[in-house]
Amino acid sequence: MKKLVLNLEPLTCPSCIKKIEGALKRLDGISEAKVLFNSGKVRAEFDENKVSVEEIANTVSGLGYPIVSQKVS
Amino acid sequence: MNAKRTSQITAITGLLLAVAIGFHLYGFHEGRQTMLIAATILAGIPIASKAFKALKMKAFSIELLVTIAVVGALFIGEYVESAAVTFLFLFGAYLEARTLEKTRSSLRKLIDMAPLEATVIRDGETQTISVDDVIEGDRVVIRSGEKVAIDGRIVTGKASLNEAAITGESVPASKMIDDRVFSGTIVDHGFIEVIAERVGDDTTFARIIELVEDAQESQSKTEKFLDRFANIYTPSIVVLSVLVYIFTRNIEMTLTFLVIACPGALVISAPVSIVAGIGNGARNGVLIKGGDIMEKLAKIDTVVFDKTGTLTRGKPEVTDIHSIEIERTDLLRLVAEAETISEHHLGQTIVKEAKKQGLQLLSEPQNVEVIKGNGIQATIDGKVLTVGNRKLMDAKDILIDSEMEAYATAREKEGNTAIFASINGKISGILSIADQIRPEAKKALRELRASGVRQIIMLTGDNRHTAELVGAQLGLDQVYAELLPEEKVAMIKQLKAAGHRVAMAGDGINDAPAIATADIGLAMGEGGTDISMETADIVLMADRLDQFSHAYSLAKATVRNMKQNTFFAVGTVALLLTGVLLGKVFLASGMLIHELSVLLVILNAIRLIRYTKRKSFNQRKIKFDLQAQ
Repeated sequence: MKKLVLNLEPLTCPSCIKKIEGALKRLDGISEAKVLFNSGKVRAEFDENKVSVEEIANTVSGLGYPIVSQKVS
Repeated sequence: MNAKRTSQITAITGLLLAVAIGFHLYGFHEGRQTMLIAATILAGIPIASKAFKALKMKAFSIELLVTIAVVGALFIGEYVESAAVTFLFLFGAYLEARTLEKTRSSLRKLIDMAPLEATVIRDGETQTISVDDVIEGDRVVIRSGEKVAIDGRIVTGKASLNEAAITGESVPASKMIDDRVFSGTIVDHGFIEVIAERVGDDTTFARIIELVEDAQESQSKTEKFLDRFANIYTPSIVVLSVLVYIFTRNIEMTLTFLVIACPGALVISAPVSIVAGIGNGARNGVLIKGGDIMEKLAKIDTVVFDKTGTLTRGKPEVTDIHSIEIERTDLLRLVAEAETISEHHLGQTIVKEAKKQGLQLLSEPQNVEVIKGNGIQATIDGKVLTVGNRKLMDAKDILIDSEMEAYATAREKEGNTAIFASINGKISGILSIADQIRPEAKKALRELRASGVRQIIMLTGDNRHTAELVGAQLGLDQVYAELLPEEKVAMIKQLKAAGHRVAMAGDGINDAPAIATADIGLAMGEGGTDISMETADIVLMADRLDQFSHAYSLAKATVRNMKQNTFFAVGTVALLLTGVLLGKVFLASGMLIHELSVLLVILNAIRLIRYTKRKSFNQRKIKFDLQAQ
């Protein structure tokens, strides 16, 4: 299992949280997805054999939330 | 679609709605309907676009629900509802974004204080470079009005510095050669040259920002509860709307359910309070490491203080040297030589005094034994020096005669710490060290009590007499003296076992174990030291006790604010559900209540940004005084 942190622009809508979390949780290989509203961070735990960082990042940016930076650990 | 375009669309939609109202008043029905449809389509485009994006990503979104509801409303000819819903949705989102920006303004202002450039002298040449290119050991020049970009010591010049970014203290501090300066502070007037000791992410300011950013991520219990609630709420409402349609065939009620399915106020009610509270703290030099810490601090009923460096200034001075069969200066030199390797503040005070008197400390201490909490033993020039308290003398079988004991007790009763010095197993003198009580201590403790703290206790390694004197002067409930670090930990555990919620305030270095044991640990003294930043839940950057009382009342205000928001958000949900089921709330009114509830929780949180303990304390005091009359 790997951990990914995506830094987004500050979130300004309450509905963004559930939308992003919901989209990520639907991806195969994501065991946990959490949007931190105050800091504009997305934390995801994923299986790199099932889903790539690129796929996760594309899902978030595809929803209309540009990614400022990302970190995998 | 960018934010600017969306706000333009919102404005045009508002205008179309105003025209529709005008047509309605003049009885021009066709014109009214046309305007309403135009407003719906115009405002519906960005909503539908977001819904489509989410759908592509297989995500469930409020925009999709609103789009379905609006299409449905258009289909059944409810143009007023469709136009009002789309306009309110966009306008609400615009206001939410603006107000949320406000709640985060404290933190943004703090981050904006970060310096970007520095002027350095390299190879005799002065050059302005990016702050990222400054390296340790660089000689950095800071002139009047400029920001300090590194942590370091002044080597040339003197200046008055505004350290608000670090300490929250707006009164400028005078700095001269050898004084430390911090990144993020501003030279009010003067000129200094500083050798860079910490650069980039290692500076105190960078670590403060990192701490504050991390603090926003730790979730409080309230946030976790609301998260779980929101996770159940939305799917339940969607299922309910399907059931409503199956049983009632009421399309309007079904669509209204879809509109209220987003728990907007619920999901942000706690985070907005927390971010505003943390921002207020950071601006006032109080670093609170998250929402859970806020909640714990608000419940504290017992505060335990260390004495030296916490209730006292932490700048002890040698007030007297009493020696037997040895010159005072010789005794001071020997003791100072033994203490050169000591990290204890009393040892360092003795070394400082010796240097102040111009004594040469040339002899290296040999066979050093540091007895934690009691003192030190070392060999200097072949003499075995034992320096410390009565416990150490007792442990080393060194006899304190009645005359010396009486002298030490008299000094202690005057507020001094008596340090016994023995040479080769025989008492050779007593060094008296005194530390002043912090000027703001009494008022800060009074404010803590006024805010709800039930008992204030002092634990100290210092002697009983000095401890009792400080306790009496500050009106403490209990004083425990001559304690070792592990005994302080045991005391904290005892208090917790008795059902108290305990906060421990110390200097973050000697008291690290007790700070870690308490429900809430506060570090002060050297605000910004690595160890205090790591160990404590709360760091008081300005080294002032009134920051503690501010932190406590701020935590209470934040938790109160969070509860208000939570009750309001849950109440709104209940009201909407009841209203829809009773047929009293429709599409547009449902959207209006939904948007208003989100705005109200944000506006309520904004009140915390300007929260000052003084205001609330004075209000309570006035109330108390009135009751007393």
